[in-house]
Amino acid sequence: MSDITVKVDGVEVAVPAGSNVLQACEAAGVEVPRFCYHDRLSVAGNCRMCLVQLENERGMAPKPAASCATPVAPGLMIHTKTEAVQKARKGVMEFLLINHPLDCPICDQGGECDLQDQAMAYGMDRTRYQENKRAVTEKYMGPIVKTIMTRCIQCTRCVRFATEVAGVEEIGLVQRGEHAEISTLEKAINSELSGNLIDVCPVGALTSRPYAFHARPWELRKTPSVDVFDAVGSNIRIDTRGKEVLRVQPRLHEDVNEEWLADKARYAVDGLKRQRLDRPYVREDGKLRPASWDEALGLVLDKLKSTQADKIGAIVGDQVEAESMFALGSLMNGLGVKNLDCRQDGAKVGGGERGAYLFNTGIAGLEEADAILLVGTNPRWEAPLINARMRKRFLKGGLTVMGIGQPHDLTYEVDWLGDSPALLSAMPQEALDVLKAAKNPVVILGGDALTRNDGAEIAHAAFQLLKLADGLRDDWNGFNVLHTAASRVAGLDMGFVPGEGAQDTAAMIAGGVDLLYLLAADEVDTSALSDTFVVYQGHHGDRGAHAADVILPGAAYTEKNGTYVSTEGRVQFGRLAVFPPGDAREDWTIIRALAGQLGVDLGFDSLIELRQKMIEAVPSLAVADTLPVESLTSVGIAGLIDGQALSAAIDNYYMTDPISRASKTMAECSQVFGTSEAEKATGTHG
Amino acid sequence: MSTARAISQLFLWELVKGLGLTLKYMFFKKRVTINYPYEKGAISPRFRGEHALRRYPSGEERCIACKLCEAICPAQAITIEAEPREDGQRRTTRYDIDMTKCIYCGYCQEACPVDAIVQGPNFEFATETREELYYNKDKLLANGDRWETEIAQNIALDAAYR
Repeated sequence: MSDITVKVDGVEVAVPAGSNVLQACEAAGVEVPRFCYHDRLSVAGNCRMCLVQLENERGMAPKPAASCATPVAPGLMIHTKTEAVQKARKGVMEFLLINHPLDCPICDQGGECDLQDQAMAYGMDRTRYQENKRAVTEKYMGPIVKTIMTRCIQCTRCVRFATEVAGVEEIGLVQRGEHAEISTLEKAINSELSGNLIDVCPVGALTSRPYAFHARPWELRKTPSVDVFDAVGSNIRIDTRGKEVLRVQPRLHEDVNEEWLADKARYAVDGLKRQRLDRPYVREDGKLRPASWDEALGLVLDKLKSTQADKIGAIVGDQVEAESMFALGSLMNGLGVKNLDCRQDGAKVGGGERGAYLFNTGIAGLEEADAILLVGTNPRWEAPLINARMRKRFLKGGLTVMGIGQPHDLTYEVDWLGDSPALLSAMPQEALDVLKAAKNPVVILGGDALTRNDGAEIAHAAFQLLKLADGLRDDWNGFNVLHTAASRVAGLDMGFVPGEGAQDTAAMIAGGVDLLYLLAADEVDTSALSDTFVVYQGHHGDRGAHAADVILPGAAYTEKNGTYVSTEGRVQFGRLAVFPPGDAREDWTIIRALAGQLGVDLGFDSLIELRQKMIEAVPSLAVADTLPVESLTSVGIAGLIDGQALSAAIDNYYMTDPISRASKTMAECSQVFGTSEAEKATGTHG
Repeated sequence: MSTARAISQLFLWELVKGLGLTLKYMFFKKRVTINYPYEKGAISPRFRGEHALRRYPSGEERCIACKLCEAICPAQAITIEAEPREDGQRRTTRYDIDMTKCIYCGYCQEACPVDAIVQGPNFEFATETREELYYNKDKLLANGDRWETEIAQNIALDAAYR
């Protein structure tokens, strides 16, 4: 579209046709106050705060116009600093404040409130309103969103967010005039993105329940970091006070999470204060007792020395950063150990080309897709933000989504073809036609498909299908693997997989090794490990720690500097926001200490040296925050897929890892929203 | 040396003059010192003495944990922690003032939207140990209870100027 030139306060600025006046003002660097307008939501035009004066060749418009709801026209002159505009803003602000309570001191939004800031900048310094203010009853929105509806200014951002982005039509504006109020269905907002309602609310009507009254924004230290609860690699900001992580907020990244964040990433952090391993433990007479670092490390050293290399194994967990994974890999290499695995769930990925286990299309790339085939995945739970991106694409129109696997409500229309992966090689003709007709077809392979015994065959069949649909061109790569573990891609990149003839996760946890080193690996079944000496290095007293003979306390993701590679293959950095509790240490230092005492030369003594070594070994980790372009020629193994139905990999979105299992908020959420099974039982499913 | 000066020096005239001044203040002028601690001087209603946390007449504590005093304190002497009380109201779980850091500027009182933290008229709170000067919420509330009459009177007297 061509650009239109307009004048903002006498300064010429060119904006794309179809922009509104407010966007033109922003392009010119002029601030226009607003409450209801939001970049990523539809225009409502009901707060009237963004009034400006417009002038064209026929003269000044008779009354001020809402800039968010007025499209630009060539030659338009926009005035934002005239006396009339200032008076209009003052008037609007006065009306908005008529019914807004004066409770800033007890309001959690205080200090980061749009209404507070704009009342300071554009409002009057006193009130002329002597009558009683209205009061509105509070609405129930679940364990995450706390409502104080008296503060609401009816901007309807929450309504639009829920309807448009989250895809749950559970909030609405009822009544008119002074009786207008935001209403819900009097049940918890059934969305994995409900935390964003709090961010879009410009006042303190919707605030965070877990964070209620705990801190003020000016007290918090803000550390930019990366989320590890799924493999999306959402950019986050960790807000801390002292040694406590108080909340996690999204950070803008247009290609990944836009400005949204999933609820687990936001609210599972209270789990960082519970069930923590803050000192080493050793098992004595079947019971774990606290020990010193020397004692615990000594025990591990003895065992490592006395066990044969082919009887030692190591498994890394889902939230481990690349550095400690690399350190452990180097140590195990030094000892000649080949039983390594970074795939706790046994996914049949890795080993081949890099593109064969990446989300090649990219999250932003999904907006170009016009046919999507989901194979054994529930993106709504496995990666809520990728699901939101697909919904965004779906709402633009012209997108067909088909699914193979257990049907889920994905907030957009999905044509579920069946639950047997064998369908991949015998697609119904209609579905095949849709894929073939599509310009940019996309296949997304999820955990349900890849963790099966025939996972590699399913991946192969999906790849062949995509090639058939011409979804693999120089300018388009429609092959996507949706991982759920933040550590997975980095692990596969550095080859943390079993060597030739070595044991994988399944073989190791079946008792195939005598010494098993679990690096924050908690999702494995430890029931068969009674005869195995288990070393658990991690941050929570979860499944892995229960089975451990020695516990080495490590750091959680907020407590260490680390590199994470998202499912897209995007390399991003998490930063230390607080120090690990008690005697716990950053993970790579523990491994370095072990290596030092074993006499294995890892070649690094500091994090910088470690990173240099790591980049030498894995060059892809050197390119930060870029969507990699990988060539792709083959995926998986050609072979027979058995007709067994795909199952659901995640049963409960709110409890998938040690941190969220220790979180009180997540426990409340899973109680309220129920597991998928419970949902079906109550008939509210879908 | 003149004769007048010689006489003045001989009879210690300067000394007599000085003693005369002393006698004048002893018997003929109003006394300016007071017998502290048995007597005390008058203080302004704006006097910024020892801190206190006030209550409403119902007995409910005034402080709502807005943390404005903590934010404005130039000496960073105030530490507040808060969470929802059992009835869902916003209240502090911790309200500490380090009296050894405090510079008695009175900003906390100025910032308080509910007149909860005040600097009362008490200035006699010297202690034997430093630790006794780390005030917690209980101590501050007890101060408020003890000095409420005077504090309320001072606030009423000063209200006309605000």
